[in-house]
Amino acid sequence: MENQNLPKLSVSSSPHAHCGESTAIIMQDVLIALVPAALMAAVYFGWRAVLLMLLCIGSCVLTEYVCRRVMKRPQTVGDFSAAVTGVLLAFNLPPTLNPIYAVLGSVFAIAVVKQMFGGIGMNFVNPALAARIFLLISFPSHMSRWSIPFFYLSANADTDIVSTATPLAQAAAGSGRPSYTDLFIGLHGGCLGETCTLALLIGGMYLLLRRIITPEVPLCFLGTVALTALAAGQNPLVHLLSGGVMLGAIFMATDYTTCPVNRAGKIFYGVGCGLITMTIRLFGSLPEGVSYAIVLMNILTPHIETLTQSSPFGSEVRNSGK
Amino acid sequence: MDKMDMIDAADTPETAEPQEHRDKEGRGSKEKTQTKDKKDKKDKKERKSKKAADPDAPFLPKKPFKTHGGVHVNHMKNTAETPSEILPAPKRVVISMQQHIGTACEPIVKKGDIVTVGQKIGDSDSPLCAPIHASVSGQVTAIGTMLMPNGTEVKTVEIASDGLQTLCHDIQPPVVTNADELYAAVRESGLVGLGGAGFPVSVKINYSPDKSVDTLVVNGAECEPYLTADYREMIESPEDIIEGTRLLTEMLGLRRAIIGIEGNKPAAIRYLASLIRERSLDDKMCVLKLKNAYPQGAEKVLIKACTDRAVPVGKIPADAGCIVLNITSVGFIARYLKTGIPLVTKRITVDGSAIAEAKNVVAPIGTLVSDIAEFCGGFDKPPQKVLMGGPMMGTALYSLDYPIIKQNNGLIFMGEAETDALRPTDCIRCGRCVSACPMLLTPVNIQHLVQKRDIDGLNDLCVTSCMECGCCAYSCPAHRPLVQFLRMAKNLVKS
Ligand code: SF4
Ligand code: SF4
Repeated sequence: MENQNLPKLSVSSSPHAHCGESTAIIMQDVLIALVPAALMAAVYFGWRAVLLMLLCIGSCVLTEYVCRRVMKRPQTVGDFSAAVTGVLLAFNLPPTLNPIYAVLGSVFAIAVVKQMFGGIGMNFVNPALAARIFLLISFPSHMSRWSIPFFYLSANADTDIVSTATPLAQAAAGSGRPSYTDLFIGLHGGCLGETCTLALLIGGMYLLLRRIITPEVPLCFLGTVALTALAAGQNPLVHLLSGGVMLGAIFMATDYTTCPVNRAGKIFYGVGCGLITMTIRLFGSLPEGVSYAIVLMNILTPHIETLTQSSPFGSEVRNSGK
Repeated sequence: MDKMDMIDAADTPETAEPQEHRDKEGRGSKEKTQTKDKKDKKDKKERKSKKAADPDAPFLPKKPFKTHGGVHVNHMKNTAETPSEILPAPKRVVISMQQHIGTACEPIVKKGDIVTVGQKIGDSDSPLCAPIHASVSGQVTAIGTMLMPNGTEVKTVEIASDGLQTLCHDIQPPVVTNADELYAAVRESGLVGLGGAGFPVSVKINYSPDKSVDTLVVNGAECEPYLTADYREMIESPEDIIEGTRLLTEMLGLRRAIIGIEGNKPAAIRYLASLIRERSLDDKMCVLKLKNAYPQGAEKVLIKACTDRAVPVGKIPADAGCIVLNITSVGFIARYLKTGIPLVTKRITVDGSAIAEAKNVVAPIGTLVSDIAEFCGGFDKPPQKVLMGGPMMGTALYSLDYPIIKQNNGLIFMGEAETDALRPTDCIRCGRCVSACPMLLTPVNIQHLVQKRDIDGLNDLCVTSCMECGCCAYSCPAHRPLVQFLRMAKNLVKS
């Protein structure tokens, strides 16, 4: 039946069409969504912020490259996921941090948390948050030195960094807090990328519009924080606008790898993040609990998924009589 | 009933058949009560809104019910407005003896026999089978074998055409006055489900009486990209479709018929709806505009959209009180009862960037793909991949020297640009496969279990209800070969 004139054909399994998305496109979108917050970080905290972000991105990407080379696995630098981890880690560092620690954190995030567990999609906690906690535990004093925005404009900024407390620390200490507007646009002390709620919201909207993330996790996270604060008799707005809640809810908790894949699981997970955050904030000795909350929920993710597993279409009918 | 179900579940599969039977009965009655409840509610609603005079009037949905998952595909219905062209009898046809799900037919002609159009050339005693007829008149040149794309070998009958297309002299319209005669006639027509699956229609409509089937769902969704063969049927022979639907509903004693058509075919919806009104059949028949999403035409999804019922896992539509027939099949039944000419031609959408003229072609069964390509002006550029069926579920052919069979509805000749092999990367757990799956499965977890060969885990995830629609793989940014994983999973579970 063979005919010499007929062309050679490719044979493959269906489907023969694809939506055209790829991991790299998704990660590029996340990077784009991070741009507004990165710009605001540069405006508020100056060259130190820019330096930290570039260092984190650079060392994350380099670590990823080296790890994949050493492990002789397909190179994954091109999917931009290491760059995203870099930016997110930088966002979680205080602006005055010694750059050495930033590099250390990046290497930890990529080499230990991500690649040792098998690379993208396999890590059981968010690499950037794990690295932040690693730094926080190892170098607590360096990790909690905050500076007020625009400190670099003052005459002797280089030698004498102005220290300030985050609004949460101020609230915990009983001193006054910045106005809502200042909280909203980020004119207060805090980590690099977490202060400007406005920029984070713009990024979040972009992710939602591009359908990179679904609204379940951020909404449940933020909603739970607000409700718990209300129930505890505290100002929910302050809790939403300060600390790492916005950054956490929009960019960290929604990390694909470490959050449940199903809708019910996402809701459960978001609520859990909010509850743990508020538990730490209200009762813990730490002023801030977002990172711990998310990491804890990351660890629970496989169990949440098992618990909230949807039953396949048509199986309810079968089970209904039993 | 609860107790009975429990006993059923505890039953060992040693007495597999009677157990299954009892099983079905138990469910059947449950289904009945359930659907009756629903029906009652809906009927009440309808009565209130329309103040309908007849309290027994069946419920006809105005809007589709919610379905799960699905993806938006590029429709690319380039051939929708080009009328079908009839392909003149080719010099040689190769007729496969396996054109349906079930037992393959045995050739009942020999080399050298003279055959005429519509003469039966293959049949079998098996109940799950549809006979095969000669599609051209001429001489049988060989009884051979051919390798199917799925790797099995089937017998073929090759006929050299004399170009006259003489009709077989025993052909005459069958006399059908009751359901039994209808089953027999449909079997003799050789009709199989023309939507692509190829299940013998006579078996499908001859469901066991304990199933309490009340609805005929006519599948006009045609949700695959490119394909317009069913659409052309709706535009070119809407009367046959309505007549076929009426006939089937009447003969089978069903309460209602719902013709589901995807919203991207407004002209077809208008035509058919106005025909139903003209013939004042609108008390038990309606056209339902489905949403534009793939896979609205998948049997279980379509039943959900049209009737809000779920087919129980591992069961057939009749267990949800429905039978689903492709719209071209329904039209064919009406024509067959008028003329008696069995299924010997098929309308096929020819499209893709490599073909010179994209169009719908009515070709004799057994025409070689290369002959059809030639009829469509040959190739603009060398085809890289040739699909039988649509891009989502079609099969890639290994050769152009391959005959078309009854349930083919499309031939897509893809050029090199459309064929780039996507390299799978690591799963990023984005969950898109989960939200895309119309059957609410979790392909992301299934792929891991397949790699671990965890058969119990796969059973728990109900992998057998996967219909290989391709939505998961279509939407996976990591290009994971999820449908292949699902197929492996199904094989693991079966073995
Ligand atoms: S769509 Fe692909 S990458 Fe996303 S969870 Fe499913 S398998 Fe993984
Ligand atoms: S191919 Fe199977 S698993 Fe994938 S979306 Fe379709 S039904 Fe679901």
